[in-house]
Amino acid sequence: MLAKIHITLKKDVLDPQGKVVANSLNTLGFETVQDVRQGKYIEVTIDEEDTDIAKQKLNQMCEKLLANLVIEDYSVEIE
Amino acid sequence: MKSKVIVFPGSNCDRDVAVAIKKISGSEPQMVWHKETSLSNSDLIIVPGGFSYGDYLRCGAIASTSPIINEVVKKANEGVPVIGICNGFQILIETSLLDGALIRNNSLSFICRDVYIKSENQTSIFTKKTNIAKMPIAHNEGNYFASDETLKKIVGNDQVAFKYCNQEGEITFQSNPNGSLENIAGILNDRKNVLGLMPHPERAAESALGCDDGKYIFESILS
Repeated sequence: MLAKIHITLKKDVLDPQGKVVANSLNTLGFETVQDVRQGKYIEVTIDEEDTDIAKQKLNQMCEKLLANLVIEDYSVEIE
Repeated sequence: MKSKVIVFPGSNCDRDVAVAIKKISGSEPQMVWHKETSLSNSDLIIVPGGFSYGDYLRCGAIASTSPIINEVVKKANEGVPVIGICNGFQILIETSLLDGALIRNNSLSFICRDVYIKSENQTSIFTKKTNIAKMPIAHNEGNYFASDETLKKIVGNDQVAFKYCNQEGEITFQSNPNGSLENIAGILNDRKNVLGLMPHPERAAESALGCDDGKYIFESILS
């Protein structure tokens, strides 16, 4: 099965890249853009039958490696 | 002095730090490949700078899963002094031996220049011989971040090893090169036997390199 993982910076962590992207969008004429937050999208293909077990393992993967929980939040979606 | 330098794919300051330690301590450090699993008889463990695993995923994240890291954590917990320099600091943060996180420089630029740092903690084995020191930084992700709660803990517990300052030793907004919280350039663990810092003391460890302020950190450990 395929897991789609989104990793985003926590709200209280400054995202300088997102700020620069927001400024550029404003410069391009998208004046209604107020804020941009940039994150990561990771696809993991996993050989599991049981969705609950897969979800449990994917959460562990995020906590152990894929995300840094000091600065990032994650969400896991399984197809 | 039995010192060990851990080498990961992409480490590039491993030999520099080995040269500095040899010159200051008189004994040759042992280079330890990251796939090894033992660090017995170590008086000092260095996690050097570089770009381990090409900074994939997050700086230091992949290296923090290397086989040798379990042993580094074990030795650190036994009280063996461990220093992580630059990417080594990022790796130690990823292992959770040190608190907080190192995020992208607020300028979004790779910064490579000399900075001044000042010892905040003046009693640890790493900082007792240092005061205001000039040494280079060379990083893209050196912006120290911690939650309010963590910051309060490390400040309260005297775990801030170094802060960026100006030549006079004043901690100013202008002397902060990367946006680090409270100008933090280096921190210690709770027990004060693990140091992580973004500046490179090994690149300023003898006058032939233009500056030898970095040697005081190594001398401090050896004294």
